[in-house]
Amino acid sequence: MRKLTYAAAICEAQCEEMARDDRVFVVGEDVDIAGGVYKLTCGIREKFGEKRLVGTPISEEAFCGLAVGAAMAGLRPIVEIMYIDFILMAMDPVVNQMAKVQFMSGGQFRMPVTIRAQAGAGTAEAAQHSQSFEAWFAHTPGFKVCMPATVYDAKGLLKSAIRDDNPVLVIENRVLFFDEEEVPEGEWTVPLGKADVAREGKDITLVATGIMRRKALAAAKALEGKVSVEVIDPRTIVPLDMETILASVGKTGRLLVVHESPTRNGIGAEIVRRVVAEGFDYLDAPPKVFAGSDTPIPFSSTLEKAALPQEETIVRAVKEMVGA
Amino acid sequence: MAKKNQSPNAGVVAAEVPKELKLHMLRQMISLRRFEEEVKRLYCAGEITGAIHLYVGQEAVAVGACACLRDDDYATSGHRPHGHCLAKVFDLNRTMAEMMGRETGLSRGRGGSMHQFDKAKGFLGGNGIVAGGVGIALGAAFASKYRGTDQVTVCFFSDGASNQGVVHEAMNIASLWKLPVIWLCENNQIAATTTVARSTCTPDIAPRAEAYCIPWAICDGNAVLDVYRTVGEAVARARRGEGSTFIECKTYRLEPHCGIIADQRPKEELALWRSPKKDCIKRFEALLVGDKTFTPQEIEAMHRRVEQEIAGAVEFARKSSFPAPETLYDNVWAEGAKS
Ligand SMILES: Cc1ncc(C[n+]2csc(CCOP(=O)(O)OP(=O)(O)O)c2C)c(N)n1
Repeated sequence: MRKLTYAAAICEAQCEEMARDDRVFVVGEDVDIAGGVYKLTCGIREKFGEKRLVGTPISEEAFCGLAVGAAMAGLRPIVEIMYIDFILMAMDPVVNQMAKVQFMSGGQFRMPVTIRAQAGAGTAEAAQHSQSFEAWFAHTPGFKVCMPATVYDAKGLLKSAIRDDNPVLVIENRVLFFDEEEVPEGEWTVPLGKADVAREGKDITLVATGIMRRKALAAAKALEGKVSVEVIDPRTIVPLDMETILASVGKTGRLLVVHESPTRNGIGAEIVRRVVAEGFDYLDAPPKVFAGSDTPIPFSSTLEKAALPQEETIVRAVKEMVGA
Repeated sequence: MAKKNQSPNAGVVAAEVPKELKLHMLRQMISLRRFEEEVKRLYCAGEITGAIHLYVGQEAVAVGACACLRDDDYATSGHRPHGHCLAKVFDLNRTMAEMMGRETGLSRGRGGSMHQFDKAKGFLGGNGIVAGGVGIALGAAFASKYRGTDQVTVCFFSDGASNQGVVHEAMNIASLWKLPVIWLCENNQIAATTTVARSTCTPDIAPRAEAYCIPWAICDGNAVLDVYRTVGEAVARARRGEGSTFIECKTYRLEPHCGIIADQRPKEELALWRSPKKDCIKRFEALLVGDKTFTPQEIEAMHRRVEQEIAGAVEFARKSSFPAPETLYDNVWAEGAKS
């Protein structure tokens, strides 16, 4: 075992995949200068040169379109979007083109594009640098979406995404970038579509996405001795590992979904829908969603904190559900 | 760096073009025209549905440009793609079958008029989004350079599309990285109902390329040999690794913007562009008869042959089955499965 940060895991995954397949290249803003703004492309330039680490002008629409065309012509692009908020400049190439070419062309083309974008709040960067768009892309047929929340998953999911022949959006979380974990030496992958049981418990299932995994685990620990909480991190939003979620709800009889993105029409609503449809008989109480406020993310720390589920508020939500 | 290309007298270059190639181009132009006329007829009869944007009048552009390309070169198009698709792929049957939503269509009936693709011949699609093919063309050209091949990409778009931001982003990048892409702006002088005069602050579009250090040219889009020569030079430059070129072809669409909605343009203007003086096919035929490449009888025979081929394409499409409903989820994912 060795220690690795979340950011370093992302660099390592890309380097390994680029060594494995010379069709893989990285394209994005500032990626080629000293590993980029958040140091997520370190080591690539030294190993693979500028040809495969392509720094672009600030032209999201053009370089996301470039990824589509390059994939159609046989390459396997990794696109870095500096903040997921900026992907809005590229919604045409990403949603209208990338997600649909395989289908629209009757299967003639594959679309092996990985989009890496960091998302989420908690760093006082306010409404245009803190958003979470996983539900939007999950709602777009043709996209796989994953949200690594650990160092192990940051590397393993990214490697699977790069090897996948579909467009995959890997949503990274900058609050986690400097998290350090013990990880194995060498290579590993984490399959897309496989949830992780982050903690076992028997009274309630918390399905927690992205950074909420960490907060849900903290809440579970705080509740130790009072409520036995099972925490499931789906890791991949599309495809969603319903088997693991249903097995857990079958055991606990209670479901609370926790995510950072706004509550309304979110991933939680979808998970609850599916549990109701596929596992209604398991439920001892109405399933619930506890998620971000339906507001833009505010700047001021008191408000930003209030906008997002926190350890204490998750504890409260769990207690309400189990009547503790 | 920039180079202005005065439209030469097409007759001057006609002699340099082999007879074979002239035959090919004329046959393609007549095929594109007849294809669209047939599409219009089938649309009015309800056999073709959806949004159709006819290419009638602009055939010289697609044909002249694609005559410069190899099968392994790439082309992207927009919402008016039938002509580009036919000129690049030249498969009347499967293109017609796609128009009619059949399983035998180029895109297995999933795409329709605006989303014809052909991987084997490098046709990277029509596009329902105005300027949607621009980034894709940039990427195809990037891939050629990445792999070190001499393939080139032609990006077909029109005057309306030229005002989309991505065109400017892409021109900057293409020039910066010397990508082998030809920006081929078909200025048919109108976008839906908005004339160039009402949409565009410059009298010509091509000179905008100068701001991006991209060589540019303006040519007579209704003179197929002028298009062929101008695009040919740009293709040669791109193959030599000298990068991008912007070409504006001045032309005119002879049908309404979409389907059969009423046309607001002056009747005299339409009549002029339909006249032998302006119509690209009539002009090319006159040129070829004039320089004795073909006799009028040979041209007449070609029209009849094309007529039969189009009838054959309709027959092919009609006989083909519609996609089975249970194949709805095919190719949403590469694995072919539901996710
Ligand atoms: C992004 C986008 N905006 C608007 C439309 C609707 N639309 C379709 S074609 C068209 C006009 C395009 O004009 P131009 O680019 O000049 O092409 P032409 O029709 O002349 O071939 C418009 C506005 C669209 N399809 N996509």
